[in-house]
Amino acid sequence: MDQNTNTKIKNLIEKSDVCLFMKGTPEVPQCGFSLAVANVLKHLSIKFNSVNVLEDVEVRDGIKKFSDWPTIPQLYVKGEFIGGCDIIKEMFEKGELQTKLKEKNVSYKEN
Amino acid sequence: MGLKLEEIKVLIKESIPDADISIEDLAGDENHYSATIKSKIFAGKTKIEQHKLVYKALKGKMGNELHALALNTMES
Repeated sequence: MDQNTNTKIKNLIEKSDVCLFMKGTPEVPQCGFSLAVANVLKHLSIKFNSVNVLEDVEVRDGIKKFSDWPTIPQLYVKGEFIGGCDIIKEMFEKGELQTKLKEKNVSYKEN
Repeated sequence: MGLKLEEIKVLIKESIPDADISIEDLAGDENHYSATIKSKIFAGKTKIEQHKLVYKALKGKMGNELHALALNTMES
C-alpha cells in the first residue's frame, strides 16, 4: 500500500468516532454483510461515518492490509478496529458492543 | 471463483489440526459459507485473533476466491 492510501485511511478513521468501511451506503448497501453492520449501528442510533469502498479501489484494497483483515465491512471505533460482520453481530447480541461503546464514551441508544 | 467445501476443511485442518469444523454452503454456489470451528488454539484469544487464525489458514483465499465465510469460532 502506498503512503498516500495509508494516510487517507488513517484520516478517515480519525475523522469520526465511529467509522464503517462498507460496500455501498447505509441507505443503499451493496452487500448483505455491510447491511447487517449498518443496521446494528442504526438500531443503536449511533452517529457514524461510512466509507463506500466500492467508490475507491485504493481504500478497498488498502483497508484490508491496514487492518490485516481480508473482508469488508470493517468497523472502527475511536481508532480501534472492532471487527467485521460476524464479530459485530455477536458482540451486539451479547451486549459486548454496547459495553465497548460505553468504555469509549460513544453515545448510543438501546431501542 | 468459489472454493469447494472440502477444500476449505482441508485448508483449515492443515493449520489447525484439532479443529472441529462444520460448514454449510448457504447459497449452494460454493461462494457463501457459514462455518463453526472449535479448537483449543482459540483459548485466551480475542474474536479478532481467532478469526485471523482461520483467515491465515485459508492462505489469502478469503476475500478473493472465497467471497463470504461467516465465522463462528470457539474454544474446545
